[in-house]
Amino acid sequence: MRDAVLITGISGNLGRSLTKLLHREERVMGIDRRPFAGKPKDLEVHQLDIRKKKVEDVFRRGEVKALIHMGIIHDPRLPATEHHSFNVLGTKAVLEYAAKHGVNKVVVLSSTAVYGPSPDNDNFLTEDAPLLGSSRFPEIRDLVEIDMYAQQYLWKHPEVETVILRPVHIVGPTVKNAPSNYLRLQRPWVLAGFDPMVQLIHEDDACRAMIAALKPGVRGVYNVVGPGELPLSAVMRELDRQPIAVPHFLARPLLDKLFQWRVASFPSPELDHLQFLCTVDGARAEKELGFRPLSTLRETIRSVLGEAPARVRQRPASPDEQGAA
Amino acid sequence: MFFSSASKPASTALVRYEPEPKRGLFGRLRGALEKWTFSQGGPDLEARLARLVAPQNEYGVDPFGLDLDFAKAAVAPVLWLYKSYFRVQTHGVQKVPQGPLLLVANHSGQLPLDAAMIGVSMLLEAEPPRVCRAMVEKWAPTLPYIAPFFARIGQVVGTPENCRRLLAAGETIMVFPEGVRGLNKPWEKRYRLQEFGLGFMRLALETRAPIVPVGVVGAEEQAVQLFDFKAAAKLIGFPALPITPTLLPLPLPVKYHLWFGDPMRFSGSPEDEDHELDKKVREVKAAVQALINRGLEERQGVFF
Repeated sequence: MRDAVLITGISGNLGRSLTKLLHREERVMGIDRRPFAGKPKDLEVHQLDIRKKKVEDVFRRGEVKALIHMGIIHDPRLPATEHHSFNVLGTKAVLEYAAKHGVNKVVVLSSTAVYGPSPDNDNFLTEDAPLLGSSRFPEIRDLVEIDMYAQQYLWKHPEVETVILRPVHIVGPTVKNAPSNYLRLQRPWVLAGFDPMVQLIHEDDACRAMIAALKPGVRGVYNVVGPGELPLSAVMRELDRQPIAVPHFLARPLLDKLFQWRVASFPSPELDHLQFLCTVDGARAEKELGFRPLSTLRETIRSVLGEAPARVRQRPASPDEQGAA
Repeated sequence: MFFSSASKPASTALVRYEPEPKRGLFGRLRGALEKWTFSQGGPDLEARLARLVAPQNEYGVDPFGLDLDFAKAAVAPVLWLYKSYFRVQTHGVQKVPQGPLLLVANHSGQLPLDAAMIGVSMLLEAEPPRVCRAMVEKWAPTLPYIAPFFARIGQVVGTPENCRRLLAAGETIMVFPEGVRGLNKPWEKRYRLQEFGLGFMRLALETRAPIVPVGVVGAEEQAVQLFDFKAAAKLIGFPALPITPTLLPLPLPVKYHLWFGDPMRFSGSPEDEDHELDKKVREVKAAVQALINRGLEERQGVFF
């Protein structure tokens, strides 16, 4: 029976969050080259590299009704050839199998990083904005390529409902991506004299957006935003961080060296996110997917500390919060 | 609506604004500046500022990054320039309508203080009081400290999309179609309008927002440009580096006059060719020039 939702990259932290939310309503299957630790019995996970021929067998059985593709590597330490091959060739392979074997829905997880932070940016980029993310950050060109390829696929296969999601920085208690790791630093760098507006989305809300994209009838490209935008400095205050202000002209060469010596884990082009705007308009997703984030701005920011939203688990107010109230 | 002025009882708004603890050097400076703002304006200003209501989130900013409390502190020195230094006099400010609109003004004086003065006039004298958004140059976001300062006081990079979005939200936009051509022009070209860009007309047609022409008289004399040190400007990435008798373009205490014209409404397609738009732009340009000419005729002197 064609009733399963297939998730690539299911063993990652975001994949696990998505599975947790989705498996109550849908039959979930997964592909990942990593094992799924603590896998529930009813969850079918194929431990495979998405570039392998055997992946097609999963589609051949004709059980997959929808594909959520988020098996994309973001590790800046991996050689460019490796993540380029995995990301681009892997994406092409699974998307082709989906079209060939009658999958009706394909959801591709891209990100707003494909637009790239820039001083020329509109305050709210719409989905038609050019994808210039790799012009200042060549190492992410595979991410831009995936997005472009998925757009091409959207036109080439009218029979498949293709949805490309471009969420803002995903943060949360379990994800270990660049923005979450950055916000977990006690003394993160900021660029002296810069304080751009930023948008964050809770990992669970990002997963809800992917689930909303499964809705029959929708196809297209959607920015996915969280509960609002605020200055980076306000995020730092909320998390009680003591940021180190580094002049922007020193920060790049310095971080290049630190990254090279493995003292820092962020490549220097990421600094653009601390300097310029890369904020987007999420109105289309709200209107057409009916997507709205559930976490508040405060819950979203604080989620990197591992705190669950108050409506799930009541957190006792700390003394200083009581004082403020 | 990103920003609107509602007739909220002054008392409650002022309670919200009452001192949150100001920490550190910056916090104390902000506190002092806020006091300065209110001491200059008196109860009347307090009531007007209380009528500004921005859709702030729990972190005190609107979606474009405007922080009203910050802006109230930051406006203090500008208010002093407006009231005590340039002694700005407005003419016809009551013609400025409510709702989305474009203020189109001449640009002059080497430093964009004319923009600040028009901004304060909208805060102090327009009905309803409002925070006017100037469309800033694209190099502003690359300038440390300036970039966040502009954002917190509600200034936005002048992309067409930003402008469209703000007009759709009913905001007042300030446009200088001459750009730096007007701002940094030499003394012999004073009060002669430079070439106007067409972008503002496309946006006015698209959003059906009225245009209010504004003639600024006085700013030309605040700093006389002897020459433009273009090579040095290029080196540091500035659009111009005017050299004045005081070397840096420090403004002299000239008297400012802001002349507001009648709102102009245009119809037609925003997709028209440039020469079609140019006709309409020339109408606006002529209106601004007429306001300037009248202001020059009627003023008694440059400094008083």
